Amino acid sequence: MSGFLVQQPGLLSLLLDRGRYGAHNLGLTTGGPLDFVAFDWANRLLGNDANATCLEISFGGLALDAEIDCSFVITGAEAPCKLNGDAIPQWQTLDIQAGDRLEIGFATYGTRAYLAVKGGFDIAPSFGSTATVVREKIGGLHGDKLQAGDRLPCSGGTTTDKRRLAAGDRPHYGDFARLRVVPGYQQSAFDPTQQWRFYNSEYSLTERCDRMGFRLEGETVHSNMVGMLSEGICHGAIQIPADGQPIVLMNDRQTIGGYPKIGSVIPLDTSKLAQLTAGSKLRFEAISIEQAHNIHCLEQARFQRCSLQAC
Amino acid sequence: MKIEIAGQNSFIVYFAEQTSAAVSAQIQAAVANIIATMGDSIIDLVPSYASLLVIFDLDRSDHFAIRKQLRAALNNLDGVDSSAGELVTLPVYYSVEAGPDLEIIAERAGLSIEQVIEIHQQQEYRVYAIGFAPGFAYLGEVDERIAAPRLATPRQKVPRGAVAIADRQTAVYPAVSPGGWNLIGLCPTRMFDPDRTPSMPVAVGDRIRFEAISRDEFLAQGGEL
Repeated sequence: MSGFLVQQPGLLSLLLDRGRYGAHNLGLTTGGPLDFVAFDWANRLLGNDANATCLEISFGGLALDAEIDCSFVITGAEAPCKLNGDAIPQWQTLDIQAGDRLEIGFATYGTRAYLAVKGGFDIAPSFGSTATVVREKIGGLHGDKLQAGDRLPCSGGTTTDKRRLAAGDRPHYGDFARLRVVPGYQQSAFDPTQQWRFYNSEYSLTERCDRMGFRLEGETVHSNMVGMLSEGICHGAIQIPADGQPIVLMNDRQTIGGYPKIGSVIPLDTSKLAQLTAGSKLRFEAISIEQAHNIHCLEQARFQRCSLQAC
Repeated sequence: MKIEIAGQNSFIVYFAEQTSAAVSAQIQAAVANIIATMGDSIIDLVPSYASLLVIFDLDRSDHFAIRKQLRAALNNLDGVDSSAGELVTLPVYYSVEAGPDLEIIAERAGLSIEQVIEIHQQQEYRVYAIGFAPGFAYLGEVDERIAAPRLATPRQKVPRGAVAIADRQTAVYPAVSPGGWNLIGLCPTRMFDPDRTPSMPVAVGDRIRFEAISRDEFLAQGGEL
């Protein structure tokens, strides 16, 4: 099947849908977009199914040759994007024709860009999902990140319904984020002083970040847990290993682990975290489960009601 | 039993402080009951040694409804079939060739290699958890005499099928990976095959027996040295 031919794969470009659910019993992780917000907008701007397979381009450096005519959208990190060498805008439906070259350069703000095509990339799901998890060799084309010469199949098709997300409705990527946390797991094993330190200190994002977890650096925090049995880890869980430096566990985390956790970052805010670069500053804020639910519902409503601009 | 928040859309249920066959059976019963009574709103369940992570669909339900349903499901485990899972036999080619740490374990325990192999086979193990990597099943508990601490320096490359011991746990490596467990043999059975249904020969709660096979049988069953 034709689609797009990969000329330059970029540093880490992955085919993925919203993630693999219901396979934790086999030890398979979730995968899926590190930034759900930008991913969801990409599909919505094309009128795609919410779970349609997109390309997540971390840091940039991608060049694709189109073999078909197709509508597409690029959302997420701000990066120099070019169609046959001419600059093109992000967050807006555009057309590409067979023979055209699409380039997504290195991100200038944010780190993850999302490329959606009309109808999504046509990838056979494994364990119910197309999400590529390189560590597990599952999903995508061959369980791996894009390689030069890969062919990304899609049936193409253009839409006359060209839309744009207004600048004021787009997320902004900077070098600071406040991450809202639902306290949970072993939170009571962190005494009030430790909790105070955790929620009142500024942390920096280290270089040691990957799709499994983002390691932070700052005030150390310690729990009074002595030995603990391995247990299930949910998305966004904040693990505090013996060195006291928090790790936020992300999409490709191992499904079980044995380090104390103080709570979990809400998915809306792991999306913000995923767009930060090393050295960015972070603060944590504890919220109640009611607040977390409110934020989720409000965000859903905002996403559904937000009207797109015709262009 | 204790229900704690894990995240925005997940609870973790703690059944006990320590693991045991009884706790594991209770968790299995809880999994069955939750699937039967709450199926539609549950996204994923992660049973482990003494806990169960319950991840729910925030677009179909909420924290309060799920907690209530979870309590009901957990309070009513008596009638649920908690039989000890399937009994699965896994063949193992035990030898120094296939298990480079056999000698060290034997020496430390003051046993012969044959005795170590015999003791590993005598036990019936239970699958307490699956994780770390796809198809990696944590089996317990290993007889104290042959329990062995993890290697100080993990190996870069442990072969697929390696049968290994760490403390009182044993496992079969489902794929080539780095690993710090003590290797005592090789199992020709694929522990995870994404192209096969079911993709794993075991599930959490199953009981496992290991059975020694010869080098020739190992090779005949598709094993690679």
